[in-house]
Amino acid sequence: MNITWYIVLSSLLFATGVLGILLRRSPLVILLCLELMLNAGNLALVAFSRMVGNEQGQVFAVIVMVIAACEVVVGLGLIVAIFRRRLPLNVDDLRELRG
Amino acid sequence: MEAVVFFVAAIGALGGAIGVISMRNPFYSVLALIVHLFSLAALFLLLTSAFVAAAQVVVYAGAVMVLYVFVVAYVGGGGESAWEPIPGQRFLAPLLAIALFVELSIAVLGSALKALETHGPDVGAGFGNPAAIGRLLLEKFLLPFEASSILLLLAAVGAIVLAARRSEGGNIPDAAGLAEGDTPSKHSPSRLEGVSPSAPASGVKA
Repeated sequence: MNITWYIVLSSLLFATGVLGILLRRSPLVILLCLELMLNAGNLALVAFSRMVGNEQGQVFAVIVMVIAACEVVVGLGLIVAIFRRRLPLNVDDLRELRG
Repeated sequence: MEAVVFFVAAIGALGGAIGVISMRNPFYSVLALIVHLFSLAALFLLLTSAFVAAAQVVVYAGAVMVLYVFVVAYVGGGGESAWEPIPGQRFLAPLLAIALFVELSIAVLGSALKALETHGPDVGAGFGNPAAIGRLLLEKFLLPFEASSILLLLAAVGAIVLAARRSEGGNIPDAAGLAEGDTPSKHSPSRLEGVSPSAPASGVKA
């Protein structure tokens, strides 16, 4: 398979993640859509690393996985804290910081 | 053969992604994301990156998704008052997403990179195996590797501070009290018990 197929699939997955973030209201699902976008980036990194024939892109993909794990941990901690304060789990209602 | 595997995995990845954004119940979204991650691991194997594929299955589909499942079970699914966004958002959002996809595709296909139309160069059997990645991580990328370990530690501490139970009635995050640790408030016997997602928070029910 040509590398082009992987890159096009990666941009399709990224667009799907963006669509989810635009459409959904629940912070949990928005975090899941962030995962989709990070994974699309990972796929592009690994495909380009195969294209160049160099493993350094795969190291980048592993680091991206670490960043994604950190983001998930902090995001889920925030969601649990929001839930504890009996605030609505809806990004349209949580607008205090909007000014 | 390779094309068959690619298309099966691509359909799985795309179907999983669409499932994530279309399921009403967040629990089903998490399950769809697991399908997506396994399909991506298959794609990584096709790209001869065995270590990344294994890390994808073990770290993502294993550890991170378990965390998601616990939080979804604790917070409770549903309850999303969906589909009442700013007017026209339902129809505008797919248009914007399609525009983004077209734009990215044009940017990639119009980049005139000759190697995009190839399989990539022939690589030896050791390409992307754990030994090669480990050598790179410990020699060339040692500093990012250590920095990411510090970042993981900070994220774990931050999650504990965020999700730990507050003292009764107070809205102030008692991170300072958590750090001291020797002044337990009279109403909460164990401040850290709230970290466990399965522990019922009495304050929530009240």
